[in-house]
Amino acid sequence: MSVVDHNVIELSPRISEADVADYIALLKPRVMSLVIFTALVGLVIAPVHVHPVLAFTSLLCIAVGAGASGALNMWYESDIDALMSRTANRPIPRGRVTRPEALAFGMTLAFFAVMTLGILVNWFAGALLAFTIFFYVVIYTIGLKRWTAQNIVIGGAAGALPPVVAWTAATASLSVEPLLLFLIIFFWTPPHFWALALFRSDDYARAGVPMLPVVAGPDATRLQILLYTVVLVAVAFAPWPLGYFDAAYGVTSLILGSGMLALAVNVYRRRERSEGLRATRRLFAFSIFYLFALFATLLIEVVARAIAPSIW
Amino acid sequence: MADKQQPDGIVLTEAQKKSRRQRSIAIALALGVLVVLFFAVTMVKGPAVLVRPM
Repeated sequence: MSVVDHNVIELSPRISEADVADYIALLKPRVMSLVIFTALVGLVIAPVHVHPVLAFTSLLCIAVGAGASGALNMWYESDIDALMSRTANRPIPRGRVTRPEALAFGMTLAFFAVMTLGILVNWFAGALLAFTIFFYVVIYTIGLKRWTAQNIVIGGAAGALPPVVAWTAATASLSVEPLLLFLIIFFWTPPHFWALALFRSDDYARAGVPMLPVVAGPDATRLQILLYTVVLVAVAFAPWPLGYFDAAYGVTSLILGSGMLALAVNVYRRRERSEGLRATRRLFAFSIFYLFALFATLLIEVVARAIAPSIW
Repeated sequence: MADKQQPDGIVLTEAQKKSRRQRSIAIALALGVLVVLFFAVTMVKGPAVLVRPM
């Protein structure tokens, strides 16, 4: 007779019922779409011809790398995700996917994204993608997020790198233009996320995440949003007078920047509960449109130049 | 005569079987995409596929 009789001790391992949609949710598809878009712009403004197959491969690898980062972020943050209303419906807190499953999924995708980009495109881009994933997961998620109110300022670098990765995929080198794109996203991140944190501060406080409104209060956050928006508008405008991007970009940047600045001033001035909340929601929504429209202008410039080179 | 034999081990429910089938198909598709991708890039690059600049 065996020591452990399998008829007596009934093992009931957890069998996954997670479907494909749960795994897609782990990839943070909305974040992924912005990453793909900014990377596409980084790719098309590169001054070299990239074969469509290689361009597609690069974007796919960057997208999968971003998805892997999202899955690994959810793996590590499942405890605080469960405490916040915005994230409580994610696959791990809902019990659809276990933490080890999310970890394995994220690591597998990260490995394949980096190796495929390295082997099929170039190793500079592959290494930069690996660094981006490392920065987002280890530096931001594991290191900064629960430790300092400057979490999203420093962590914003991870979100700003995709157009740089795309540029290096096209050129196998670095230049000023992708670094300008990096700076735009880098300075866009604090006003965008602090606007979100202002109307979700109860969530963050409950989860013990030291976001700026929780640690320094809403008024200090409003001031920081305004200051970062001023820097953002200046940084986003600078490439035109410096001669890197065209007039269409410069004018669009001015118009959009004025809107962004007006909304940031509005957030700074309107501090009463309902009005203040409305102002921060407006800034949050507009900031997404701002980044999208700014990058779309660069994309349109390149397409227009290709279609009608004599006009440009 | 022996009673009807109970299957050994873990018996999956219909929901578990369905989700496992879905996941298997997704993995197969992902692998298929990877194969096609490597084939296409090899065709595009030709002999230059072995040249991978840093």
